[in-house]
Amino acid sequence: MLWSMGKDSTALLWLARKAFFGSVPFPVVLLDTDMELPEVYQFRDELKRDWNLDYKNEPCPPESSVDQTLPPATRAAARKTAGLRELIAREKYRGVIVGIRRDEQATRAKERVFSPRMPDGAWDVKHQPPELWDVYHTDVPDGHHMRIHPLLDWTEVDIWRYTKRENIPIVPLYLARNGMRYRSLGEKNITVPIVSNASTIDEIIAELETTRQPERAGRTMDNESEDSFERLRTGGYM
Amino acid sequence: MALEFEMQPQLRVVAVGHVDHGKSTLIGRLLHDTGNLPEGKVAELVAVSEKRGAVFEWSFVLDALQSERDQAVTIDTTRIWMRTPEREVVLIDAPGHKEFLRNMVTGASDADAALLLVDAHDGVGEQTRRHALLLELIGVPRVVVAINKMDRVGYAQSRYEAIKAELEELLGRIGVTPSAFVPTCARDGENVTTQAASMPWYGGPTVLAGILALPPAHRNESGALRIAVQGVVRQDLRRIVVGRVESGTISVGDELFIAPSRRTARVASIATFPPSDKTSAGAGESVGFVLDGPLFVDRGDVIADAAHPPPLAKRFRARLLWLGHGPLAVGDAFRMRFGTRVTKVVVSAFERVIDMESLDRSGEAQARTNDVAEVVFSCPETLSLDPVSAHPGLARFILLDGVDIVAGGTILTALVSDAAAIPDNVVPVAHLLGDKARARLGGHRGAVLWLTGLPASGKSTIAMEVERRLVEAGAHAYVLDGDNVRAGLCRDLGFSAEDRRENIRRVGAVAALFADAGTIAIVAFISPYRAGREDAREAAGDAFHEIYVKADAALCENRDPKGHYRKARAGEIEDFTGITGDYEEPLEPELVLDTADSSVEACVDQLLAYVERTLAFDMRVPV
Repeated sequence: MLWSMGKDSTALLWLARKAFFGSVPFPVVLLDTDMELPEVYQFRDELKRDWNLDYKNEPCPPESSVDQTLPPATRAAARKTAGLRELIAREKYRGVIVGIRRDEQATRAKERVFSPRMPDGAWDVKHQPPELWDVYHTDVPDGHHMRIHPLLDWTEVDIWRYTKRENIPIVPLYLARNGMRYRSLGEKNITVPIVSNASTIDEIIAELETTRQPERAGRTMDNESEDSFERLRTGGYM
Repeated sequence: MALEFEMQPQLRVVAVGHVDHGKSTLIGRLLHDTGNLPEGKVAELVAVSEKRGAVFEWSFVLDALQSERDQAVTIDTTRIWMRTPEREVVLIDAPGHKEFLRNMVTGASDADAALLLVDAHDGVGEQTRRHALLLELIGVPRVVVAINKMDRVGYAQSRYEAIKAELEELLGRIGVTPSAFVPTCARDGENVTTQAASMPWYGGPTVLAGILALPPAHRNESGALRIAVQGVVRQDLRRIVVGRVESGTISVGDELFIAPSRRTARVASIATFPPSDKTSAGAGESVGFVLDGPLFVDRGDVIADAAHPPPLAKRFRARLLWLGHGPLAVGDAFRMRFGTRVTKVVVSAFERVIDMESLDRSGEAQARTNDVAEVVFSCPETLSLDPVSAHPGLARFILLDGVDIVAGGTILTALVSDAAAIPDNVVPVAHLLGDKARARLGGHRGAVLWLTGLPASGKSTIAMEVERRLVEAGAHAYVLDGDNVRAGLCRDLGFSAEDRRENIRRVGAVAALFADAGTIAIVAFISPYRAGREDAREAAGDAFHEIYVKADAALCENRDPKGHYRKARAGEIEDFTGITGDYEEPLEPELVLDTADSSVEACVDQLLAYVERTLAFDMRVPV
């Protein structure tokens, strides 16, 4: 399971703890660009200890190794994609559980809950298999792997309501201080906070009920050029 | 399936219908009229259109939103989020083109309700019928119909009524009852979110009101308990059975029936993380529970309440959408996934392909890509087979050919018995002994060893030798031979197809009684038809063992110990199985004895080893 310490993947990790009665039976992996905010790394260290996780830190290849035609703000994502590809090849993982949601981003809206990937991690969005009800098709040919997206149908508000109900820990940066908060957490050089006074989860939920700003407005990589995110995703990004 | 907590009631609506009947226009208009488009978007698109000398169309809105990703509305060709004061609606835009049918069913299988569009001028099209039929198959029973482009028919009430009547009849036959038929002109926003002045004769809801009035998907809390077991989590000394409650409720102390093993157990406790004092769980909840004794429960099993066990069978009727590239026909084998179980299935009979024009049976004996068909499946193991009418969550399946999904469908009925169906006024009386009590007498369980194969393949020779060896070893065994049976029990029967089937049915029933009495009944019959052998299998249940005595026709004809082949070639015997070539090979026999490659002695040894293994293995099952 990939864990970026953000609100979605932490909620997903919590679901896994519940499903397996407290002990997550698979490795929990951070694709580490070494560029997360310090509060995020601190949060990781606390949860790793408190939740007794089989945590693996997967260092991503340096920026110089990725496609230089990509806009600079998307290169961290490209590093993560490369890191994931290396991890899967080395560990021979057949499945990777990821906390993406359909309402986050247009290309993610096209995703399947069980999404087969080719050996290089590529996503063939035009030829996805049918997915009927929740009778999921879990098999992939040798060398391929499956991306599994349990939160695909959740919305941003759902995550916050669930986080509140279950009292799941969050990185404090999500809550407003001095009129600013992070709505979405990414690498420190390419993520900016939004103007907000929401200092509790209830206030975040109330804010989301009325906002017309997209969730990832503070993520420079999404807005760099029109097709950068789509290029990243078909190439294997989460 | 989304989790239930303090969520805004979200309604997922799939828009379907014939291509060009106005889906994109209606969706664009809905988004605009509910204030879900960015400000100035429409004015901008109108200006762009004028500049290009084109007439603005509402479907441009969808195209534009898709190219300008991540606006305040999130947009995709398949999913559009629409916020209204009452509830959040997710519009799933399903392609009308036939080649995108797999995407249409993918979208529909995620929906709570459907919006079906029909062009008032063009009327009900082939894709309208197909989509309506698929809505039923997928299980989207809540439907709002928009009869669109009313401007093309002069807003005529008579045209609206005619299409409504046609659709009501069509959908009624499928089993779908729409909650509203709304006459619309989506382009002009008429009856989309506001009542249209052009159609004063219409007093029903607008499209938006029709969608918002759809009842939320119901949870079957009051029905019989069903849980598809996802697995068993071992924690400390506990074995926690986990799965989602499909219907009913489960509480501490409840007596449970476990299918297909037919065992029962009680709920000792409900397990949660973090620990809690929870004592019951209802439909829609994922639950963990501990049973009151050591028990064999595994992934794929179905848990029911003891008072309402599911039907158990090895055959079932199903309706399916065939998505494979080649045709689907009798004999095709797949892996089937339903609930949490994966099993092998074989198409054992082909009932019909549904014709898209008439929605009646077509004359086809095989399905082509995108056909909806009804077939009978057989599987080697007994399965829990709830029908879709009672437990849709457990009756939906996909078929896999290698790693490809080639069909999706639903279980219509379990075929517990078919030709051997028991008449209503006959009530079998239960014996006071279990089969294990009889087994103790003979040192083995009763069984039916059904030897099938071509004439002269070696069935009788092997049967008689196995009988001798078994009886000499102290077992109760008896050969039911074709001619012996015809001399008595079946002397009223001839050799027509019907009489031959009846002959097999009687032998199957008698063999089942022998097995029940604790005897090993060895049946040596050509029994050329799969259906006949399936009847015999139904009669004897798990005691039935299909043994294929295999030898090719040329070899059998060459042996011809009784001279039958020679007579058939001379025209003295009609419909002789070895010559007309109408022998249906077993698809999944329990054992194959190859008399072409092995000697009679080797085949006898092979069958005896099988008897020792399977019947002795059964003996060791603890009481």
